Amino acid sequence: MNLIAIWSIYKFEMTRFLRTLMQSFVSPVLSTSLYFVVFGAAIGSRIQEVEGVSYGAFIVPGLIMLSVMTQAVSNASFGIYLPKWTGTIFELLSAPVNFFEVVVGYVGAAATKSLFIGTLILVTSFFFVDYEIAHPLAMLAFLVLTCLSFSLFGFIIGIWAQNFEQIQLVPLLIITPLVFLGGSFYSISMLPPVWQTVTMFTPVVYLISVFRWSFFGEAEVAIGTSLLAIALFTGICLILIWRIFKTGYRIRS
Amino acid sequence: MSPIVTVTSLAKRYAGGFEALKGVSLSIKEGEILALLGPNGAGKTTLISTLCGISKPSSGHATIGGHDVQTSYRAARQLVGLVPQEISLEPFEKVIDTVRYTRGLFGLRQDPALLEDILRKLTLWEKRDTRVTALSGGMKRRVMIAKALYHEPRVLFLDEPTAGVDVELRRDMWNVVADLKARGVTIILTTHYIEEAEAIADRIAVINHGEILLVEDKATLMRRMGQKQLEIELTQPITSLPGALSEFDLEITDSGHRLIYTYAATGERTGITRLLGALAVEGLGLRDIQTSQSSLEDIFVGLVQERAS
Repeated sequence: MNLIAIWSIYKFEMTRFLRTLMQSFVSPVLSTSLYFVVFGAAIGSRIQEVEGVSYGAFIVPGLIMLSVMTQAVSNASFGIYLPKWTGTIFELLSAPVNFFEVVVGYVGAAATKSLFIGTLILVTSFFFVDYEIAHPLAMLAFLVLTCLSFSLFGFIIGIWAQNFEQIQLVPLLIITPLVFLGGSFYSISMLPPVWQTVTMFTPVVYLISVFRWSFFGEAEVAIGTSLLAIALFTGICLILIWRIFKTGYRIRS
Repeated sequence: MSPIVTVTSLAKRYAGGFEALKGVSLSIKEGEILALLGPNGAGKTTLISTLCGISKPSSGHATIGGHDVQTSYRAARQLVGLVPQEISLEPFEKVIDTVRYTRGLFGLRQDPALLEDILRKLTLWEKRDTRVTALSGGMKRRVMIAKALYHEPRVLFLDEPTAGVDVELRRDMWNVVADLKARGVTIILTTHYIEEAEAIADRIAVINHGEILLVEDKATLMRRMGQKQLEIELTQPITSLPGALSEFDLEITDSGHRLIYTYAATGERTGITRLLGALAVEGLGLRDIQTSQSSLEDIFVGLVQERAS
């Protein structure tokens, strides 16, 4: 195992992140604050409670998930797409590193960034709403897991993408709709039955449900089912990455 | 001494069906400088890319330092430094960081003294904290070279290292190459500037249409294929060859002021004595005489054209 190489890739990626620290900080904090103002204060004042929790507090886990997932996917996809685009990928291909080390370096960095942003939003939320976290350790574990699995997913997108549009397309056209549909701002039970069935096919529902459980101790979907769904999603990502590694798909001609 | 790089029947066929390498075999000795010559699209870069792990061979195999480049790629790549033809660098990175990064990828701890030495030799030391995007093209190429040297490779691939670089960089680079050679590093370089290959290479390999046409010691090649020309400047111009000179392979140029005699440099008898005798017999006055040897470029062009026809 070339640990120095993993660390080099990780550090290299984190440096890129730190160079744009202001953007990385300000934009998620600002947009989340807007969500709290619009959904929490303006709309929330007309909604009493959702599943026994004040609406302002209810949307916190969903908001964190929304940001973490989009950030993880775009960071990880951009991270590996950039060397493909600039041509510096030749360095990774000709270095004594295996694909696993490359994935750990890139995905680790992308997950760290999104974890950082998720934490930032969590902290911001305390300024707007008053609540307590029921299972803090479980909450942290799910947050880390989400960061990791969506960074893996983003890495796959970055390998697949052949231009910048495709990189942006996925968070915009897939992640955001999925997160909205996945019950970030409402309870699934509030939807008409047809849509309830549809949402059960989106992996995001399970993540948000289990994440919300860690906050308030109540889950819409059974915890076991949620964990299984998350494991399945992560597993599929890992298999895809293993295939990419085996075939050199869109990396090694 | 066993070769440091071996290539056995290496073939590369791209998805489109194009055969970039058609079963290339080659063996490179440790510590030598091998110049890989060939026209554009001959397969030079594909060969290097396949040896370095950037592309996968369709068949055949290759070893570096005795390690198969595919099955024990880690050990093989550990020995290799690569300066590719294209300059590709992360634009917003600082010079020193991007050079450090490469050594990190090779799993080696940083060595500040060595880093400073390399950057100074390539006159990059003053620019170490500059972002890559602010550098000129020549400076960027220096960064590429520094990156390839900092992990102390035993085999260095230089793919068109002097294409489009100024005289100064070219000189710095050949100094670096000479330095590496003195330390026993094996260097494989491709170039369009044949005079460069002629100046620094120990052996020459000529590749065209994905096939190695020839691999030979430079001196032997020059001797074997080199022709010499004797150029005779006459005091009085002539219009046709007098009888005594007709048996020689002579060409009249410069409106009769010059005679050019072509002969094989390797021959036991060059015929020069007889030719000069014949000139005296015919009473032709000589103003000047000079000889010239065909350059590697002439040999190369001849070889490539010969195969094409």
